[in-house]
Amino acid sequence: MKRVLVAGAARYLGNALLSSLANDPGIEKIIGIDITAPDHDFGRAEFIRADIRNPVTSRIIDDHGIDTVVHAGVLSTPLEHGGRSVMKEINVIGSMQLLAACKKSPSVKNVIIKSTTAIYGASSKDPALFRESTQPGRLPTTGFAKDSNEVEGYVRNFARQRSDVRVTTLRFANAIGPEMVTPLTTYFELPIWPAVLGHDPRLQFIHEDDLVRAMHHAVIKDVGGTFNVAGAGTITLSQAARLAKRPLLRLPAQFFSPASGTLRRVGVVDLSREQLSLLKYGRLVDTSRARDLLGFTAEFSTRDTFEEFVAHRITKRAGRRGK
Amino acid sequence: MENNKGSVADVIDATGELAASVMGLFLKVNPELSQIVQQGTKDLVSELSKLLGDSLDPAVHFLAERMSGDYAIDEFGFDPELTEQIFLPILRVLYEKWFRVEVRGIENLPASGACLLVANHSGTVALDSLMTQVAVHDAGHRHMRALGADLVFSTPFFAEIARKSGVTLACQEDAERLLTNGEVVGVWPEGFKGVGKLYKDRYKLQRFGRGGFVNAAVRAKVPIIPVSIVGAEETYPMLANLPVLARLLGLPYFPVTPTFPAFGPLGMVPLPSKWIIDFGTPIPTVDLEDEPLQHLDLAEQIRGEIAATLERLLIERGNPFV
Repeated sequence: MKRVLVAGAARYLGNALLSSLANDPGIEKIIGIDITAPDHDFGRAEFIRADIRNPVTSRIIDDHGIDTVVHAGVLSTPLEHGGRSVMKEINVIGSMQLLAACKKSPSVKNVIIKSTTAIYGASSKDPALFRESTQPGRLPTTGFAKDSNEVEGYVRNFARQRSDVRVTTLRFANAIGPEMVTPLTTYFELPIWPAVLGHDPRLQFIHEDDLVRAMHHAVIKDVGGTFNVAGAGTITLSQAARLAKRPLLRLPAQFFSPASGTLRRVGVVDLSREQLSLLKYGRLVDTSRARDLLGFTAEFSTRDTFEEFVAHRITKRAGRRGK
Repeated sequence: MENNKGSVADVIDATGELAASVMGLFLKVNPELSQIVQQGTKDLVSELSKLLGDSLDPAVHFLAERMSGDYAIDEFGFDPELTEQIFLPILRVLYEKWFRVEVRGIENLPASGACLLVANHSGTVALDSLMTQVAVHDAGHRHMRALGADLVFSTPFFAEIARKSGVTLACQEDAERLLTNGEVVGVWPEGFKGVGKLYKDRYKLQRFGRGGFVNAAVRAKVPIIPVSIVGAEETYPMLANLPVLARLLGLPYFPVTPTFPAFGPLGMVPLPSKWIIDFGTPIPTVDLEDEPLQHLDLAEQIRGEIAATLERLLIERGNPFV
């Protein structure tokens, strides 16, 4: 019987994970923490308003005899207030503090971290598929990808210091679905998609439901290690545009970055430099390790995921606007 | 292609009608017979156009499918449909009419299962890998998956077309993955040193890298097939290289050929050299150990074999343009 703490409980993934764990009779106790309160409750899961940057987390872990800590709180999108600097502080300082709390608590036996395949970057020098062991051609230098990379560094440090704790890191492909809002979903909701002329990147997605399923799976499976998690197969950006019936505005690479800068300034979509290189070179990961060792396979393929996103977020809205 | 068929159908249609009316004129004497003949001609024409319509359908279907995004690519970005319907037909014109490629030893290419093709590289523009792809497809009925330099994937248009036609980055990981998947993989170990050499150095093989390709074949336990290509050297004879201009444009070299850049875009038309692509005897790698020095030796041996074959083929070919 597990006693689980989920950090980042008010945001999409943490929220859905709490509900999912609450329905699992194999979980004895579930506690969610976040700086803001979630907008609904999740059955028997308990919510405590706490900041992971605060040492109070350590007391929560001890008081409730937590043995499994799930860190689902690395932000991929700058918050509505505070922007990038607050996002970075929550991501980096928050993770540092949370891991420090785990290190102090003898009851903690499992730590599960949500990471991203963005840490592999995207360049012309990369293999077609990244394995967990692949050294990327170019390391990400900004945004969510850089934060995640730093967080993974702390996690590796933590794993060395507390070798008795099982650490599971899940690197997720770009998550999309009916609900989630990320810079990439905002991009896909644009009426015209800016793209790089002469490049047609391969994309890979994970369905938001599979994201939750994978995290839940990691909580109950007791398998440590680092795993890529993504939907099977790939589609190119041009194929995605055709599936979504959206025109591509193919700009020469020199104009692509300034154009996205303009979009950022007018507040339409905030694409980081990493996402720009994703839209140029694409990125795919090999998920066989998660399948073979963790026993997890995503239910939705990359294409199914995208088509469901289109049905819920693009076609539906266009229909409403039409009426 | 579709237009061709459309116009053929029109011509047949018109001919049919014309024939029917001419026949009618002759058979006016006997109205009953004339009726039968006219009906028969019309039936024949409608049958013919139905037949043509059926062969048109796939083309229309292909376009509709592409427009709706309903097609599958593999994890390397290879788009078999686009390659077969668009890229290969275009290359085939060059292959058959322009370079009159003669393929030898295609029986050395396995009908199924993985193998690594190792070939000499030349001709300023890497036409040799494209022509080998056509040869492997048309004569060997397999898709060749070429390994390309990273420059290919950072250059606009080249990047897009390369992935879609089955090229991936020349690195151990991708080579091994393709070979374990059972693909025919093509590699040009001389790289830019091979394509970018001057015309006076034609058919002089450059260094075969560090034998990394042997390593990939040994790990995947697949045979290596040496491929010797004659004809590519004469397509764009590079008389000089302008390194300053090349550096400015971020290219590995900037070629001066008899027609380029003097004749502008017209200079980009390759000279119509006569080509021979020779597939050599497969070299098994199952008994080899994971020993870099041994791999380097084998790479050297393959290079020697290709050099010898090239010499023989050059004598057999005689005049490079006839």
